[in-house]
Amino acid sequence: MTTLRQTPSQTAGPYLHIGCAPVASGVRPGAGDLGAAAFPDDAPGEVVQVGGLILDGAGEAVTDAMVEVWQADAAGRFGGASGHAGWARRMVDPTTGEWRLRTIRPAALPAQAPHLMLWIAARGLNCALHTRLYFADDDHSGDPVLAAAGARAATMIARPDWDIHRLDIHLQGEGETVFLAV
Amino acid sequence: MTHAFNPPDPAVQPPALTPTYRSTRLRAPLHTPLSMEHGPGEIAGPRFGQNVIGPLDDDLMLNHARPGHSALGERILVHGHLMDEVARPVAGALIEVWQANAAGRYRHARDGYLAPLDPDFGGCGRCMTDAQGAFAFRTIRPGPYPWPNGGNDWRPAHIHFSVFGDGFAQRLITQMYFQGDPHISLCPIVGAVPDSAAVERLTARLDMDATVPMDLRAWRFDIVLRGRRQTPFENRMEGA
Repeated sequence: MTTLRQTPSQTAGPYLHIGCAPVASGVRPGAGDLGAAAFPDDAPGEVVQVGGLILDGAGEAVTDAMVEVWQADAAGRFGGASGHAGWARRMVDPTTGEWRLRTIRPAALPAQAPHLMLWIAARGLNCALHTRLYFADDDHSGDPVLAAAGARAATMIARPDWDIHRLDIHLQGEGETVFLAV
Repeated sequence: MTHAFNPPDPAVQPPALTPTYRSTRLRAPLHTPLSMEHGPGEIAGPRFGQNVIGPLDDDLMLNHARPGHSALGERILVHGHLMDEVARPVAGALIEVWQANAAGRYRHARDGYLAPLDPDFGGCGRCMTDAQGAFAFRTIRPGPYPWPNGGNDWRPAHIHFSVFGDGFAQRLITQMYFQGDPHISLCPIVGAVPDSAAVERLTARLDMDATVPMDLRAWRFDIVLRGRRQTPFENRMEGA
Protein backbone atom coordinates (compact mmCIF):
# COMPACT_ATOMS: atom_id res chain seq x y z
CA MET A 1 0.00 0.00 0.00
CA THR A 2 1.34 3.40 -0.89
CA THR A 3 1.27 6.16 1.68
CA LEU A 4 3.16 8.93 -0.12
CA ARG A 5 2.73 10.35 -3.59
CA GLN A 6 5.58 10.48 -6.11
CA THR A 7 7.57 13.66 -6.59
CA PRO A 8 6.86 15.00 -10.10
CA SER A 9 9.62 15.06 -12.68
CA GLN A 10 10.65 18.42 -14.13
CA THR A 11 12.86 19.14 -17.12
CA ALA A 12 16.62 19.14 -16.60
CA GLY A 13 16.72 22.41 -18.54
CA PRO A 14 19.57 23.58 -20.76
CA TYR A 15 22.12 23.96 -17.95
CA LEU A 16 22.25 20.42 -16.59
CA HIS A 17 25.98 20.31 -17.37
CA ILE A 18 26.63 22.47 -14.30
CA GLY A 19 25.32 19.78 -11.98
CA CYS A 20 26.03 16.62 -13.97
CA ALA A 21 29.36 17.44 -15.65
CA PRO A 22 30.89 20.21 -13.54
CA VAL A 23 34.48 19.66 -14.67
CA ALA A 24 33.65 19.59 -18.37
CA SER A 25 31.55 22.71 -17.96
CA GLY A 26 34.31 24.48 -16.04
CA VAL A 27 32.25 25.14 -12.94
CA ARG A 28 34.26 23.26 -10.37
CA PRO A 29 37.69 22.24 -11.62
CA GLY A 30 38.30 20.34 -8.39
CA ALA A 31 35.35 17.95 -8.59
CA GLY A 32 35.40 14.80 -10.69
CA ASP A 33 32.80 14.19 -13.38
CA LEU A 34 30.89 10.99 -12.70
CA GLY A 35 30.34 8.33 -15.33
CA ALA A 36 33.37 9.11 -17.48
CA ALA A 37 34.00 5.38 -17.98
CA ALA A 38 31.42 2.60 -17.97
CA PHE A 39 33.87 -0.06 -16.74
CA PRO A 40 37.38 -0.26 -15.35
CA ASP A 41 40.03 -0.62 -18.08
CA ASP A 42 40.70 -4.25 -17.18
CA ALA A 43 37.05 -5.36 -17.29
CA PRO A 44 36.67 -8.61 -19.24
CA GLY A 45 34.63 -8.66 -22.43
CA GLU A 46 34.57 -7.36 -25.95
CA VAL A 47 35.20 -3.62 -26.14
CA VAL A 48 32.75 -1.75 -28.34
CA GLN A 49 31.89 1.86 -29.10
CA VAL A 50 28.30 3.00 -29.12
CA GLY A 51 26.76 6.38 -29.81
CA GLY A 52 24.88 8.55 -32.24
CA LEU A 53 22.71 11.62 -32.46
CA ILE A 54 19.52 12.68 -30.75
CA LEU A 55 17.19 14.39 -33.23
CA ASP A 56 14.10 16.50 -32.64
CA GLY A 57 10.85 16.49 -34.60
CA ALA A 58 12.33 18.86 -37.20
CA GLY A 59 15.32 16.56 -37.74
CA GLU A 60 17.69 18.93 -35.94
CA ALA A 61 20.34 17.48 -33.64
CA VAL A 62 19.69 18.16 -29.95
CA THR A 63 22.87 19.76 -28.60
CA ASP A 64 22.07 20.07 -24.88
CA ALA A 65 21.12 16.49 -23.95
CA MET A 66 22.60 14.11 -21.42
CA VAL A 67 22.64 10.36 -22.06
CA GLU A 68 23.07 7.87 -19.24
CA VAL A 69 23.87 4.24 -19.98
CA TRP A 70 23.18 1.39 -17.57
CA GLN A 71 24.04 -2.14 -18.63
CA ALA A 72 25.12 -5.60 -17.56
CA ASP A 73 28.75 -6.63 -17.85
CA ALA A 74 30.03 -9.48 -20.00
CA ALA A 75 28.87 -11.95 -17.33
CA GLY A 76 25.38 -10.45 -17.02
CA ARG A 77 26.00 -8.69 -13.69
CA PHE A 78 25.07 -5.12 -12.76
CA GLY A 79 27.15 -2.73 -10.70
CA GLY A 80 30.31 -4.76 -10.21
CA ALA A 81 32.62 -4.24 -7.25
CA SER A 82 32.29 -0.44 -7.36
CA GLY A 83 28.49 -0.54 -7.32
CA HIS A 84 28.33 1.52 -10.50
CA ALA A 85 30.23 -0.48 -13.11
CA GLY A 86 28.11 -0.48 -16.25
CA TRP A 87 26.87 3.05 -15.66
CA ALA A 88 28.17 5.95 -17.72
CA ARG A 89 27.11 9.45 -18.55
CA ARG A 90 27.69 11.52 -21.68
CA MET A 91 26.84 15.11 -22.53
CA VAL A 92 26.22 15.30 -26.28
CA ASP A 93 28.66 17.48 -28.20
CA PRO A 94 27.41 21.08 -27.89
CA THR A 95 28.03 21.72 -31.59
CA THR A 96 27.32 18.47 -33.41
CA GLY A 97 25.06 16.70 -30.90
CA GLU A 98 27.09 13.46 -31.19
CA TRP A 99 27.72 11.24 -28.19
CA ARG A 100 30.00 8.25 -28.02
CA LEU A 101 30.89 5.72 -25.34
CA ARG A 102 33.52 3.01 -25.19
CA THR A 103 32.08 0.08 -23.27
CA ILE A 104 31.86 -3.71 -23.02
CA ARG A 105 29.32 -5.77 -24.89
CA PRO A 106 26.80 -6.91 -22.28
CA ALA A 107 25.74 -10.53 -21.83
CA ALA A 108 22.17 -11.59 -22.53
CA LEU A 109 19.88 -11.50 -19.49
CA PRO A 110 17.31 -14.19 -18.69
CA ALA A 111 14.82 -14.02 -21.58
CA GLN A 112 16.28 -10.74 -22.86
CA ALA A 113 18.67 -10.03 -25.72
CA PRO A 114 21.87 -8.13 -24.80
CA HIS A 115 21.17 -4.41 -24.55
CA LEU A 116 22.15 -1.10 -23.00
CA MET A 117 19.50 0.87 -21.13
CA LEU A 118 19.57 4.52 -22.21
CA TRP A 119 18.14 7.43 -20.23
CA ILE A 120 17.94 10.84 -21.90
CA ALA A 121 17.45 14.19 -20.17
CA ALA A 122 17.31 17.59 -21.90
CA ARG A 123 15.52 20.89 -22.12
CA GLY A 124 11.99 20.24 -23.36
CA LEU A 125 11.74 16.77 -21.80
CA ASN A 126 9.36 17.03 -18.83
CA CYS A 127 10.32 13.49 -17.91
CA ALA A 128 13.63 11.95 -18.95
CA LEU A 129 13.18 9.22 -21.56
CA HIS A 130 14.03 5.53 -21.29
CA THR A 131 14.94 3.49 -24.34
CA ARG A 132 17.36 0.66 -25.19
CA LEU A 133 20.26 0.04 -27.52
CA TYR A 134 20.45 -3.47 -28.98
CA PHE A 135 23.20 -4.74 -31.28
CA ALA A 136 22.28 -5.71 -34.85
CA ASP A 137 24.28 -8.94 -34.86
CA ASP A 138 22.84 -10.45 -31.67
CA ASP A 139 20.05 -13.02 -31.48
CA HIS A 140 16.90 -11.01 -30.70
CA SER A 141 14.46 -13.90 -30.66
CA GLY A 142 12.42 -14.07 -27.48
CA ASP A 143 13.23 -10.54 -26.37
CA PRO A 144 9.89 -9.27 -25.03
CA VAL A 145 10.61 -5.55 -25.49
CA LEU A 146 11.60 -5.93 -29.15
CA ALA A 147 8.64 -8.25 -29.71
CA ALA A 148 6.22 -5.76 -28.18
CA ALA A 149 7.71 -2.94 -30.27
CA GLY A 150 6.76 -4.81 -33.45
CA ALA A 151 7.55 -2.90 -36.64
CA ARG A 152 9.18 -0.09 -34.63
CA ALA A 153 11.72 -2.41 -32.96
CA ALA A 154 14.40 -1.33 -35.45
CA THR A 155 14.49 2.10 -33.77
CA MET A 156 16.25 0.42 -30.81
CA ILE A 157 18.79 -1.59 -32.83
CA ALA A 158 22.20 -0.01 -33.40
CA ARG A 159 23.87 -0.51 -36.78
CA PRO A 160 27.61 -1.02 -37.30
CA ASP A 161 29.04 2.17 -38.79
CA TRP A 162 32.82 2.00 -39.22
CA ASP A 163 34.12 1.79 -35.62
CA ILE A 164 30.85 2.40 -33.81
CA HIS A 165 27.49 0.78 -33.17
CA ARG A 166 25.36 3.78 -34.10
CA LEU A 167 21.86 4.45 -32.87
CA ASP A 168 20.29 7.75 -33.86
CA ILE A 169 17.43 8.54 -31.51
CA HIS A 170 14.42 10.36 -32.96
CA LEU A 171 12.47 12.10 -30.23
CA GLN A 172 9.54 12.79 -32.53
CA GLY A 173 8.32 12.48 -36.11
CA GLU A 174 9.01 9.90 -38.78
CA GLY A 175 10.95 7.02 -37.33
CA GLU A 176 10.23 8.10 -33.75
CA THR A 177 12.24 5.92 -31.41
CA VAL A 178 10.38 3.52 -29.13
CA PHE A 179 10.50 4.94 -25.62
CA LEU A 180 9.74 2.69 -22.68
CA ALA A 181 7.34 3.14 -19.78
CA VAL A 182 9.96 1.81 -17.38
CA MET B 1 13.50 -12.50 -5.31
CA THR B 2 13.38 -8.79 -5.90
CA HIS B 3 10.48 -6.47 -6.30
CA ALA B 4 9.83 -4.36 -9.37
CA PHE B 5 8.83 -0.73 -8.97
CA ASN B 6 5.43 0.91 -9.24
CA PRO B 7 4.74 2.66 -12.54
CA PRO B 8 4.94 6.44 -12.94
CA ASP B 9 1.78 8.01 -11.45
CA PRO B 10 -0.08 9.65 -14.37
CA ALA B 11 -1.85 12.02 -11.98
CA VAL B 12 1.55 13.30 -10.85
CA GLN B 13 4.06 12.97 -13.69
CA PRO B 14 3.86 15.57 -16.48
CA PRO B 15 2.92 14.38 -19.98
CA ALA B 16 5.60 14.71 -22.66
CA LEU B 17 3.80 17.33 -24.76
CA THR B 18 2.81 20.53 -22.93
CA PRO B 19 2.69 23.17 -25.70
CA THR B 20 2.75 26.19 -23.35
CA TYR B 21 6.29 24.98 -22.51
CA ARG B 22 7.49 25.62 -26.05
CA SER B 23 10.54 23.35 -26.06
CA THR B 24 8.29 20.28 -25.71
CA ARG B 25 6.69 20.90 -29.11
CA LEU B 26 9.49 19.38 -31.18
CA ARG B 27 11.02 17.21 -28.50
CA ALA B 28 8.06 15.36 -26.98
CA PRO B 29 7.60 11.82 -28.30
CA LEU B 30 4.06 11.51 -29.64
CA HIS B 31 3.73 7.73 -29.41
CA THR B 32 2.55 6.21 -26.14
CA PRO B 33 5.58 4.78 -24.31
CA LEU B 34 5.83 1.02 -24.53
CA SER B 35 4.86 -0.77 -21.34
CA MET B 36 7.28 -3.41 -20.14
CA GLU B 37 8.03 -5.53 -17.11
CA HIS B 38 11.05 -4.67 -14.99
CA GLY B 39 14.01 -6.99 -15.32
CA PRO B 40 17.26 -7.06 -13.34
CA GLY B 41 18.51 -3.91 -15.10
CA GLU B 42 15.55 -1.76 -14.11
CA ILE B 43 15.53 -3.12 -10.55
CA ALA B 44 19.25 -2.62 -10.02
CA GLY B 45 20.79 0.83 -10.27
CA PRO B 46 24.21 2.42 -10.01
CA ARG B 47 25.33 2.89 -6.41
CA PHE B 48 28.00 5.34 -5.37
CA GLY B 49 30.26 5.41 -2.35
CA GLN B 50 30.96 8.38 -0.12
CA ASN B 51 34.20 8.79 -2.10
CA VAL B 52 32.35 10.61 -4.89
CA ILE B 53 31.54 13.42 -2.44
CA GLY B 54 34.29 16.01 -2.01
CA PRO B 55 34.75 18.06 1.17
CA LEU B 56 32.81 21.14 0.00
CA ASP B 57 30.44 19.42 -2.41
CA ASP B 58 27.51 20.05 -0.04
CA ASP B 59 28.38 23.73 0.44
CA LEU B 60 27.64 25.83 -2.63
CA MET B 61 28.32 29.00 -0.62
CA LEU B 62 31.99 28.05 -0.45
CA ASN B 63 32.81 25.44 -3.09
CA HIS B 64 33.54 27.96 -5.85
CA ALA B 65 34.52 30.87 -3.62
CA ARG B 66 37.92 32.50 -3.41
CA PRO B 67 39.70 31.98 -0.10
CA GLY B 68 38.07 34.19 2.52
CA HIS B 69 35.05 34.86 0.31
CA SER B 70 31.53 33.45 0.15
CA ALA B 71 28.84 33.48 -2.53
CA LEU B 72 26.59 36.55 -2.61
CA GLY B 73 22.96 36.09 -1.64
CA GLU B 74 20.61 34.85 1.05
CA ARG B 75 22.34 32.13 3.03
CA ILE B 76 20.16 28.99 3.14
CA LEU B 77 20.21 25.32 4.10
CA VAL B 78 18.16 22.92 1.97
CA HIS B 79 17.36 19.63 3.64
CA GLY B 80 14.86 16.81 3.54
CA HIS B 81 14.34 13.08 3.27
CA LEU B 82 14.48 10.83 0.22
CA MET B 83 11.79 8.16 0.54
CA ASP B 84 9.72 5.85 -1.61
CA GLU B 85 5.94 5.65 -1.86
CA VAL B 86 5.67 3.37 1.16
CA ALA B 87 7.67 5.89 3.22
CA ARG B 88 10.77 3.68 3.25
CA PRO B 89 13.96 5.78 3.44
CA VAL B 90 16.24 5.57 0.39
CA ALA B 91 19.68 5.39 1.99
CA GLY B 92 23.08 5.96 0.41
CA ALA B 93 21.62 7.65 -2.65
CA LEU B 94 23.48 10.28 -4.65
CA ILE B 95 21.80 13.66 -5.12
CA GLU B 96 23.28 16.24 -7.52
CA VAL B 97 22.06 19.84 -7.54
CA TRP B 98 22.60 22.87 -9.77
CA GLN B 99 21.20 26.37 -9.78
CA ALA B 100 21.48 30.00 -10.87
CA ASN B 101 23.18 32.55 -8.62
CA ALA B 102 21.37 35.08 -6.45
CA ALA B 103 20.85 37.35 -9.46
CA GLY B 104 19.34 34.57 -11.58
CA ARG B 105 22.37 33.88 -13.78
CA TYR B 106 23.87 30.45 -14.46
CA ARG B 107 27.59 29.92 -14.82
CA HIS B 108 27.05 28.41 -18.28
CA ALA B 109 28.23 29.35 -21.76
CA ARG B 110 24.65 29.41 -23.06
CA ASP B 111 23.21 31.71 -20.38
CA GLY B 112 23.27 35.25 -21.76
CA TYR B 113 21.04 36.91 -19.15
CA LEU B 114 22.05 40.51 -18.29
CA ALA B 115 22.41 39.71 -14.59
CA PRO B 116 26.02 39.45 -13.38
CA LEU B 117 28.00 36.33 -12.58
CA ASP B 118 29.22 36.04 -9.01
CA PRO B 119 32.96 35.22 -8.98
CA ASP B 120 32.39 33.24 -5.78
CA PHE B 121 29.51 31.06 -6.97
CA GLY B 122 29.63 28.04 -9.29
CA GLY B 123 26.16 26.60 -8.73
CA CYS B 124 26.97 22.90 -8.46
CA GLY B 125 26.71 20.55 -5.47
CA ARG B 126 26.45 16.89 -4.46
CA CYS B 127 25.37 15.05 -1.36
CA MET B 128 24.49 11.53 -0.28
CA THR B 129 21.48 10.42 1.78
CA ASP B 130 22.23 8.88 5.17
CA ALA B 131 20.73 5.69 6.64
CA GLN B 132 17.46 7.52 7.34
CA GLY B 133 17.33 8.96 3.81
CA ALA B 134 18.21 12.45 5.08
CA PHE B 135 20.20 14.89 2.97
CA ALA B 136 21.29 18.52 3.35
CA PHE B 137 23.36 21.15 1.58
CA ARG B 138 24.16 24.82 2.12
CA THR B 139 23.74 27.32 -0.67
CA ILE B 140 22.39 30.76 -1.50
CA ARG B 141 18.84 31.31 -2.61
CA PRO B 142 18.80 31.49 -6.43
CA GLY B 143 17.14 34.41 -8.20
CA PRO B 144 14.24 34.20 -10.66
CA TYR B 145 15.13 34.90 -14.28
CA PRO B 146 13.50 35.52 -17.65
CA TRP B 147 13.59 32.90 -20.39
CA PRO B 148 12.65 32.86 -24.06
CA ASN B 149 9.39 30.90 -24.09
CA GLY B 150 6.38 33.21 -24.31
CA GLY B 151 6.93 36.94 -24.52
CA ASN B 152 7.42 37.53 -20.81
CA ASP B 153 8.07 34.28 -18.99
CA TRP B 154 10.09 34.21 -15.77
CA ARG B 155 11.19 31.08 -13.99
CA PRO B 156 10.38 30.95 -10.29
CA ALA B 157 13.52 30.66 -8.18
CA HIS B 158 14.48 26.98 -8.26
CA ILE B 159 17.16 24.40 -7.62
CA HIS B 160 17.58 21.46 -10.03
CA PHE B 161 17.86 17.99 -8.46
CA SER B 162 19.21 14.79 -10.04
CA VAL B 163 18.37 11.81 -7.82
CA PHE B 164 19.55 8.19 -7.91
CA GLY B 165 17.43 5.63 -6.07
CA ASP B 166 17.95 1.92 -5.48
CA GLY B 167 16.94 1.00 -9.02
CA PHE B 168 17.44 2.64 -12.41
CA ALA B 169 13.64 2.74 -12.77
CA GLN B 170 13.60 5.27 -9.91
CA ARG B 171 16.02 7.70 -11.59
CA LEU B 172 14.59 11.22 -11.33
CA ILE B 173 15.41 14.77 -12.35
CA THR B 174 13.23 17.48 -10.87
CA GLN B 175 13.21 21.07 -9.60
CA MET B 176 12.59 22.50 -6.12
CA TYR B 177 10.70 25.78 -5.73
CA PHE B 178 10.34 28.09 -2.74
CA GLN B 179 7.10 28.50 -0.80
CA GLY B 180 5.41 31.82 -1.52
CA ASP B 181 7.01 32.54 -4.91
CA PRO B 182 4.32 34.17 -7.11
CA HIS B 183 6.03 32.88 -10.26
CA ILE B 184 5.25 29.24 -9.42
CA SER B 185 1.65 29.46 -10.58
CA LEU B 186 2.64 31.40 -13.72
CA CYS B 187 5.37 29.04 -14.94
CA PRO B 188 4.66 26.78 -17.97
CA ILE B 189 7.26 24.24 -16.78
CA VAL B 190 5.60 23.94 -13.37
CA GLY B 191 2.25 23.95 -15.17
CA ALA B 192 3.22 20.73 -16.98
CA VAL B 193 2.51 18.90 -13.69
CA PRO B 194 -1.14 17.84 -13.92
CA ASP B 195 -2.02 18.01 -10.23
CA SER B 196 -1.75 21.15 -8.08
CA ALA B 197 -1.18 19.02 -4.97
CA ALA B 198 1.86 17.57 -6.72
CA VAL B 199 3.16 21.08 -7.38
CA GLU B 200 2.87 21.71 -3.64
CA ARG B 201 5.26 18.81 -3.13
CA LEU B 202 7.81 20.50 -5.39
CA THR B 203 7.69 23.55 -3.13
CA ALA B 204 10.13 23.71 -0.22
CA ARG B 205 8.77 25.04 3.10
CA LEU B 206 10.51 27.45 5.39
CA ASP B 207 11.71 25.35 8.33
CA MET B 208 12.37 27.49 11.39
CA ASP B 209 13.32 24.41 13.47
CA ALA B 210 16.39 23.81 11.29
CA THR B 211 17.11 27.50 10.78
CA VAL B 212 20.42 28.51 12.37
CA PRO B 213 20.05 31.75 14.39
CA MET B 214 22.15 34.65 13.08
CA ASP B 215 23.42 32.43 10.23
CA LEU B 216 20.99 30.93 7.70
CA ARG B 217 17.38 30.01 7.05
CA ALA B 218 16.42 26.40 6.36
CA TRP B 219 14.08 25.09 3.67
CA ARG B 220 12.60 21.60 3.84
CA PHE B 221 12.20 19.56 0.65
CA ASP B 222 11.20 15.89 0.81
CA ILE B 223 11.52 13.73 -2.31
CA VAL B 224 9.40 10.63 -2.99
CA LEU B 225 10.59 8.05 -5.52
CA ARG B 226 8.52 5.21 -6.93
CA GLY B 227 7.99 2.38 -4.43
CA ARG B 228 8.38 -1.35 -4.86
CA ARG B 229 5.43 -3.45 -5.94
CA GLN B 230 4.12 -6.00 -3.51
CA THR B 231 4.48 -8.91 -5.93
CA PRO B 232 7.97 -10.34 -6.24
CA PHE B 233 9.96 -10.34 -9.43
CA GLU B 234 11.15 -13.81 -10.44
CA ASN B 235 13.65 -13.14 -13.23
CA ARG B 236 10.92 -13.57 -15.78
CA MET B 237 9.32 -11.04 -18.05
CA GLU B 238 5.73 -10.89 -19.21
CA GLY B 239 5.30 -12.77 -22.45
CA ALA B 240 8.59 -14.57 -22.04
